[in-house]
Formats: sequence, structure tokens, C-alpha cells
Amino acid sequence: MDITDFYDTFFEEAEELLADMERYLLELDVDEPDSEQLNAIFRAAHSIKGGAGTFGFDALQKTTHLFENLLDHTRKGELRLRRDIVDTFLETKDMLSDQLDAYRNGDEPDQEAFERICQTLQRLALEEIGQDLDSGAPVASSPQSAVKAQPEPEPEAPVVQGAASGSDLRVVALLNVGEKDRQLLVEELGQLGEVVAHGGDEACYEVTLSSSVSNDDIEAVMCFIIDTDQIKIRDAEAGGAPEAAAPAAAPAVEEPQAVPTPNQAQAAVEPAPLASSAASVKTDSIKTDSEKPAKAKAKAKGGGESTSIRVSVDKVDQIINLVGELIITQSMLDQTVSEMDNVANSALQNGMSLLQRNARDLQESVMSIRMIPMDFVFSRFPRVVRETAAKLGKEIELVTEGESTELDKSLTERIIDPLTHLVRNSLDHGIEPPDVRQAAGKPRTGKLVLSAKHQGGNIIIEVIDDGAGLNRDRLLAKARENGLPVSDAMSDDEVWQLIFAPGFSTAKEVTDVSGRGVGMDVVKRNIQGMGGHVQIMSRPGEGTTIRIVLPLTLAILDGMSIKVGNEMFILPLSAVLESLQPSREDLYAMAGDDVVLKVRDEYLPVVAVHEALDVPKAKTELTETIAVIVQGEGRRYALLVDDLVGQQQVVVKNLETNYRKVPGVSAATILGDGSVALILDITGLHRLSREKKEKRRPERKPALEALTVKELEI
Amino acid sequence: MNQTNDAALAAAEAHNREFLVFSLGEEEYAIDILKVQEIRGYENVTRIANAPDFIKGVTNLRGVIVPIVDLRIKFHLDKVEYGGQTVVIVVNVEDRVVGIVVDGVSDVMTLSPDQIKPAPEFGVTLSSDFLSGLGSLDDRMLVIVDIDKLLTSDEMALVESVAD
Repeated sequence: MDITDFYDTFFEEAEELLADMERYLLELDVDEPDSEQLNAIFRAAHSIKGGAGTFGFDALQKTTHLFENLLDHTRKGELRLRRDIVDTFLETKDMLSDQLDAYRNGDEPDQEAFERICQTLQRLALEEIGQDLDSGAPVASSPQSAVKAQPEPEPEAPVVQGAASGSDLRVVALLNVGEKDRQLLVEELGQLGEVVAHGGDEACYEVTLSSSVSNDDIEAVMCFIIDTDQIKIRDAEAGGAPEAAAPAAAPAVEEPQAVPTPNQAQAAVEPAPLASSAASVKTDSIKTDSEKPAKAKAKAKGGGESTSIRVSVDKVDQIINLVGELIITQSMLDQTVSEMDNVANSALQNGMSLLQRNARDLQESVMSIRMIPMDFVFSRFPRVVRETAAKLGKEIELVTEGESTELDKSLTERIIDPLTHLVRNSLDHGIEPPDVRQAAGKPRTGKLVLSAKHQGGNIIIEVIDDGAGLNRDRLLAKARENGLPVSDAMSDDEVWQLIFAPGFSTAKEVTDVSGRGVGMDVVKRNIQGMGGHVQIMSRPGEGTTIRIVLPLTLAILDGMSIKVGNEMFILPLSAVLESLQPSREDLYAMAGDDVVLKVRDEYLPVVAVHEALDVPKAKTELTETIAVIVQGEGRRYALLVDDLVGQQQVVVKNLETNYRKVPGVSAATILGDGSVALILDITGLHRLSREKKEKRRPERKPALEALTVKELEI
Repeated sequence: MNQTNDAALAAAEAHNREFLVFSLGEEEYAIDILKVQEIRGYENVTRIANAPDFIKGVTNLRGVIVPIVDLRIKFHLDKVEYGGQTVVIVVNVEDRVVGIVVDGVSDVMTLSPDQIKPAPEFGVTLSSDFLSGLGSLDDRMLVIVDIDKLLTSDEMALVESVAD
């Protein structure tokens, strides 16, 4: 196995650590920093450094090294935090991200940037604590950290560091290790150095070892046989450390069944977090003289958090596909069984209904794998808001709501950009500068709320600001200037939608943040591309709410199956408003070959599906068909179909994978009988039917005249 | 002497290629067997509106939506019938899966380089761009189709062209 196999794991873990680091840095109270948070930031830097050293990422290792030392001084209270220092830290974090990206792409990081950030950190250290980082680092510069391959926060790391390296005597305590493993381990230790003495019982067996190998290496070797929690290494002569190890051993002794046969091994591990936290509190107190019980609690929690696994999206998609297949097979079986004799096959039928329930449950569980909480998206906004607000000289309080609302992973990734744009826009145009706010009798600090919630089959994401609101007159004036067709009689809703017109910006001047007029139209297009839409609510002087409505997932769709001729199609249920049988008096011919349907005082363009899609043998007599009233891109249409078949959840399959985009069709799905049905795209269908009509205009005249005449007769 | 012969033979064998031979009406065609994923019957094809006539539609191949092209229509054959004998060859072309309808699949043949003659300039229907050559086997002539080029060409309208 090649070491490069572990690169990906390191990159992903480092990325997570950096994300954590950023979160803690942002949460940090500059005047009274929480030592737990400082420790967490330090640990993140330390872990990345360890991994970077192992894989030979020099620039990353050096940067984290300097950063880590600075953080170490901070957490010891030797460096007083200021806002600009936190900013420098954040900048460093960004630099680490960049370096990480470069390594991930197989490049070397930007040398110039690397030197610059190192200088910045060095200078900061010199100015603030009068110490050169490279020489004067008392902790964590020990070489063994470079060997650490697993960048996880290690509660017992301080103990290890206390012992440092050197060829002196060390006591390796093995907790709850059985006789057989013990022998093996003593032999292994013998390979690393000289075993001076060993003895003890199962609960705590001590081996005194004289070796020049680092503690981490010893640990790494033994980890092949026993768990890290079962190993305690301390310096034989060290004063404080044995005391630390003693309470660690104590709870372990209480464990009654201490022979770790495979099925008991887990039981033996259980008291370990307790033990290690006890140990770390002790060592912390030696190091920092600031004993806080809260620390122990947090660290113990950190130790038991590995309850998730990383799986590639491809694998998940494959499972989803297979489950989709299973559902289809199941409904095929179901159909066959339902045609059989009820009495003779009752057992089979019971089995079938059980299978159906299980299959549905399975499908739901599998789909839920793809769902991730909105926190994934929201967590990056504190940074965006902080920086944008600073740039604009505004005071903003960010509130997020509904972080635990879940959304399909592919959508979460695609929502980030549009949402960032909307947030920037709100900060720039929505919320006024502090003075203006004060003059208007509002608190100086503006409030920006990001919220997410489920509603039906949709997720609703809102960006709410308490700023000045949209200015109707200015929007209209600007629209006229841009040559857009507007009138004073337009409803507020229509006026607000103007901001999504391409090239539209009401900002009086172009700022660094927004106002170039590119963007809002892209935002709208992106969101429509995800099958969603944007609504705007605004009240002058009170603020603006921009609401994004998205489907929960792209992979499954609530569909209505319809029949035209002998062909089956699926309409997205979210687009269907109602269906009715059109009566002759509600149908009007218009401009020769267009037909409109009057539904409750509204005239809707009629789109005959069989015409748009050339379906043979469809009902052509309008009054025999069924009109399905649908909504697409804010407009309503009446689709004429032969029959409504039913509602069902369908698995969306991409047509473009092996074919190409088909006009009037958004995707395909597989029906219960194994055949393919196309999912209709409403606006595409309307466009298609118009194109068709234009093409046919000369030859179709007579037929349409006939319709017109009929209409006129009535 | 013997050794050089063997080596020459081995070299020749290394250049031998295997082809799947199928029939369209009376004509025999061949495609590189490595492109073929599977062979199945023609059934359950969903029509796609506003597509060229030789694109019969799409079908469900174990959860994957696969377009079906009828080469008989594409090559303007007189008789196009669908029955129990109609066969779909599922091919893998540039990470895409496409099914092609043919009248029948006859066998798999190994052709050595000297059995493959360059294709002459053809008429309008089948541009020689899409041919790798003509294979001669006793008294049979096989039209060797470059299925990659044919199926990804603009005139097949299977792949979104860059201009779109």
C-alpha cells in the first residue's frame, strides 16, 4: 500500500479541521477568550501539522508550525487577542486552505504567499510576545509530532509531549491487556529498545523501556494489537506524569471482565474516555495552571464522536439506483400476484405486502443518506457577513434559524453561490449604514436572518433583512432607463421581480461587494435550474425578505402520470394546480390558431400535448380531453391530455447521460412495468407547441378556421 | 528460422482484431467487438418526440436510460420490420451506452490486417468517414463500421453538439 492512498483522507480531515478552526475563530470573544475554544483551534493546527509532516507537505507543515506556536502562546495567555490578530489568524487559515488545495491538485503551494504569511506570523510573535517562533517554542516543536499520521485531537498528547523524546527510561502502561497480547507487546517493545523491567496485573501492566524511539512511534506500533486508550506512556523519572497516569488507571481497574477477547474488547475500551480526560485535566493543570472541569467534559465528548463514515457520492448514487430497481421489480411482482387467485395464494400475497412495506422503508432510508443539514451551508455565512460588513462599514448581526433542516447534498452544494450573492446584496443594498439607521429610529446594528424550513415537499430558505426595503419608484425608473416594458400599474410583486432582469442594478454606485448588475439574474437562473423559484417580499423602511423555494431532492419526484394516445407521461405534481374537463363555452380561439381556456376569469393558453409531442391516436376533440392547469416559471397553462392515470413517486433519471436534451422533456423515469416514461417540462412544452404552430401555420389554416367558426356559432 | 516465423506470426496475431458481424437486410456489417456491451431483444422502447426517425426512442437497461438507434432506417433500407428476431446491440461509445437495432447477429470473426481493405469513397448515405474499411472473408464482404465516429457524429443527433 502506497502512502498516497492516505492523501485523500488527510485532505478531507484537514479540511474539516480548518472549517472547525474558522468556526471557533469567529465565535471567539476577543476580550475574554474561552480557553476551550483556544484549545480546539490549537489542536486543529497541531493535527494538520502532524499530517502534513507525515506526507511531506513542507510549506503546510511550516505554516501550521508557526501558527500553532502562536496559538499556544495565545491559549497560555501570553498573547493578548485583539480583533486584528483574529483577522490575521483567519487569513492564515485561508492560506492553509489554499496550500491544502494546491497539494490536493498535485501542485506546490504559492511560495511567495507562503513566505509572506510566515513573515506576518513571525512579526506578530515578535511584536506581541517578543519571541522568535522558531527557537523559543517550548511546546509542540518536538519532532515526534511530524510522525503522527492520524490528525485527531489526542487528549493524552500533552502527556506524550511532557515526556518528549530522548533515549531515557520510559514506563509503558498497558491497561486491560490479556496475557497473550501482553507477551506479544513486550516482544514488540523489545524490538524498539531494551526492556528493563516488566510486571503488573491485567488491569495495569507496566513495561519499563529504554529506547530512543519517540512515544508516538511506540504507540503506533502497539496500536496494531491493542487500542490507543489501553496504552499510557510516561517518562520514568518525570514528576507530574505518573500522577496523571495513576487516576487514568484507576477506573480501568474497576472494570470486572478485563480479559479482552474480541467481543469483550469493546467493554474494555468504554472507561477509556473517562480515564484519558482525567489524565488530561491533570496535565493541563501542570502546564497552564488554569484548571477547568469544563475542559475535561468537552474532551471526553470529542473522543467518542466518530459515529459517521465517509462514503463517496458515487456509491450512494449506486445504492439509490439499485433500490429504485428493487422498487420497480417489486411493483412488477405485485402486479403479477394481484392477478392470481386470492384464496389459494394468500401467503404469497401477505409476503408481497410485507415486501412492499420493506422496500418503501428501504427507499426512504437510502434517500435520507443524501440529505445533509443546512448547517453545512449556513456555517460559512458568519465569515461572509463579518467580512462584507467590515468592508461596507456596517454593523450587522447574523441570525440563523433551522440549521438542522435537511436538504439533498447536490442541492446544498448548488445553493451556496446564489445564497452568498443574496446575502451580500442584502448587506450592501438592504441594510443601511449605522447613521442612517439611527436617524430612521432603528437600532444601529442591522439584523440579517437566514432561515430554512420544510414545507410540504419543499424546503424554504429565506434571507431576511431589516433594512430599507426595495424602492418601487426607483426600480421602475431604472427599468425604464434600461428599456424594459414597465408600467405604473404593475403589482408590487412584478416590480420586485425586476431586480432579476439581466443587467439590472439600482445601486447608485458600484461597490466592491455588489452593484454591477450581474448576478441577480444568474441567481434566479441557478435556482430555477434546481427546480425552484424565488419570491420577494418587501416593505419600505422595514426590510426585505427573499424566499427561495426548492424541492427537497432532485432524485425523486412526486409525479402525476397522464396518458396521451397510448403513451404515458409524468407531470411534476408540484406544477399541477388542478384539472378539469373543458366545456365548449370556456374555449376561445385567438389570433387564428391559438386557443385559450377560461378558468375562473383567467384566460390560459392551451397546450395540446399530443400536438407538441406528435403523439398519434390521441383525442383531438377538445371537449373530450382533460385540461390540466399547470404552472411553470410563474405562468399558467392548460395542458390538454387524454387521461389522468394517478399519482406516484418516481425516480428521476437523466436523459443526457446517454442521449441529449429533448425539448419539452426534463428527464425520464422507469415505470412499474419496466418501461420508460418521460417527465414533461411545462415551459419547454409551451415553447414547443408555439414553434410547431408557427411551422404549420400555412397548411393548418382550414382546420383552425373550422374551430373558429364553431366557436363563433356558440 | 522457425523462431522468426513464430515471431512474425505472433506479431500478426497481435494485430488481428475481433469483430461482431451483423446483418442489415442482405448486407453484412462488422463492428469492433470490444465496443459491444451486450445483445438483447427489441422491446419496450419509449418514443421520443421530435427526434429523427432513426432514433426509435429510449429503453430501460437495468435502470439506465439508453437511446435506441435503428441503423436500417439510417442506412435507408427498404424493409424495416420489428419482430422476435430483431436484435439490439448495446454498444459503449465514449462513456455512453447506445443500443443499435439490426436485423440479426451472425457471428464473431477474427480479421488480420491484410484482410481489411481500405474503404472506397461511398455514396451519400454512409460517408466513408464512418468506415474503418472493408473486410474480405472468402466470398463475403463485411463493411467495417467505425461505431465511435458514427454514433458521435452530428448527423446521428445522439450527442449534444458543441454549438448547442
